[in-house]
Amino acid sequence: MSPRARTAALCGAILAVALAAPWIAPAIVVQMAFLWLMILFALTWDVCGGQMGYNSFGNVVFFGIGMYVCAVIQRDAGLGYFTAVFAGMGAGAVACTAFAALLGPAMLGLRGPYFAIGTLGLGVAAADLAAATEYIGAGSGMAPPVYPGGAGSARFYYYVLMALAMLAWLVLRWLYSRRFGLAVNAIRDDEDKAEAMGLHTTRYKAVAWCVAAFFLGLAGGPTGNLVGFIDPRELAFAGPTFGVWMVLMAMLGGRGTIWGPVIGAAIFHVTQELFWTYLLGWQRVAMGLLIVLIVLFFPKGVMGWLAERWPRRFARGAVR
Amino acid sequence: MSNITLLFDTPVLALQLLADGILVGAIFALVAYGMALVWGVMKMINIAQGELVMLGGYVVIELAKVGLHPLAGVPVAAVVLFVFGWILYRLVIFRVVDRDLFISLLATFGLSILIQQLANGIFGSDVQSVDASLGTLLFFGGMLTLAKVKLIAFAAALVVGSVLFAFLRYSRLGQAIRATAQDARAARVLGIDTGRVYAATFAINAAICGAAGGLVAMTWIIHPYLGLTYTLRSFMIVIAAGLGNVAGVLGAGAGLGVAENLAGFVFGTEYQTACVFLLLVAILVARSTLLRRGRRYLQ
Repeated sequence: MSPRARTAALCGAILAVALAAPWIAPAIVVQMAFLWLMILFALTWDVCGGQMGYNSFGNVVFFGIGMYVCAVIQRDAGLGYFTAVFAGMGAGAVACTAFAALLGPAMLGLRGPYFAIGTLGLGVAAADLAAATEYIGAGSGMAPPVYPGGAGSARFYYYVLMALAMLAWLVLRWLYSRRFGLAVNAIRDDEDKAEAMGLHTTRYKAVAWCVAAFFLGLAGGPTGNLVGFIDPRELAFAGPTFGVWMVLMAMLGGRGTIWGPVIGAAIFHVTQELFWTYLLGWQRVAMGLLIVLIVLFFPKGVMGWLAERWPRRFARGAVR
Repeated sequence: MSNITLLFDTPVLALQLLADGILVGAIFALVAYGMALVWGVMKMINIAQGELVMLGGYVVIELAKVGLHPLAGVPVAAVVLFVFGWILYRLVIFRVVDRDLFISLLATFGLSILIQQLANGIFGSDVQSVDASLGTLLFFGGMLTLAKVKLIAFAAALVVGSVLFAFLRYSRLGQAIRATAQDARAARVLGIDTGRVYAATFAINAAICGAAGGLVAMTWIIHPYLGLTYTLRSFMIVIAAGLGNVAGVLGAGAGLGVAENLAGFVFGTEYQTACVFLLLVAILVARSTLLRRGRRYLQ
């Protein structure tokens, strides 16, 4: 089979399994919905982190903003349930993209550890602000309206998140195959040289961040509804969990590849669910240990390992 | 905004905020000095800095429960954390010292989560503190109150800072540490065991944090999740002051303490930490924008 046909077959198989999954295993629909969310997290983090070399610890800000915008529209706009959800998702995505465009040029002027810690500060500040603002329920959180179709809620949001993750994958794959992909890779390899070659680095960096923000903003709304309760620190702006996991998942799968974040997210999420099941009480400790171990011993990830093992098949350019 | 006019109407209140801020700022400066030491010598940023502070606090609290006075507990905490830091270096940190900065950042982030969760499991998630029962000084007929323990913490921070300064300047190991900071390769050529120097540096940093944690436990509160705020504060102080600038670190620490107190008073305490972190982002962006005029960037 040609590589193209092979990729198409693989994608078809994944799609078929994903569509059937909620009917095959109805007991774990929520966990599977979170799997798609994790894939989306890792993919969007990788736009800046892996492809462009700007390691952000604060992308979770966009996720939280999207979630709150959606919930506020559902609460206050007076629309029907499904109209409100989709309007809220759209508004969340627009708000996040605008926020990223506004903040991008200033934040992305920082490099290396300064960018990483600056975004970390942004994430913590957002959590604190959300936890102090009465309009969105402050520290006691917010509950989105109840799903009208009864028990079908989890399944509905499973399909929404699945569609979003797949859409993100397709859009990013398309973007990476264009000039955009080359440009952000050039910025990662040597930003000063890229700029000297006439690339508008600031513009590309801001666009890359906006792309990530757009998808995270879209995903916020459905996640808030799926969980049914928005806690500012534990769910919306969960920097020490989601914010770090994004980085870890992309790293575990292989930074700077299109399949890496998907594989990393899948492995990470399954491991995490197993921890919750079998190590209850110590699952967070195990999580911390896992993070350290991945960073110390497996920083190139699955794709990096495959590329070293079978360079002809998996090295750069072969995986498309 | 009525709070701002209140500040101008009652200068004693402003003085109170100022004094409290400077006193607590000295503790921040201590933690930041440790971070600057590790950053300068080992070329890595330790995100688990705040967790070391937290552990130091718990050592003092646990010792106080068995009857040791908290002030006597502070040096013990420093020693315990020194050993802990050495072990941590031998187990984890030595693997990331000469690697990409991002790797060390992420590895220490993982460590911080690990330590924080272990502390949560061992000590519980309750907010704890320890009462040194030293009384309070009153000025202006009771308008201005200064807890003696805060003054002592301030003095202790200054003492630790100056001892460290003298140690780095005059002792054999301190000279080796400074040589490694300047050029690790040349130091190795000249026969300095840089691995040992790194271990000592990290352990000293942990000891400083441990002492600071003890002081925090006396003057403030300790809970398993406070680490990240101390890490970010010290990062902020270090970038405001620059590496290897002791007076600058102390000044920036005091400034941060005052800014934090003022923000808490003006906007309300629930916004206090958010203001601090927005200040961090603002400082970073301002510094990089200034540098960018000369086509340079923070590094």
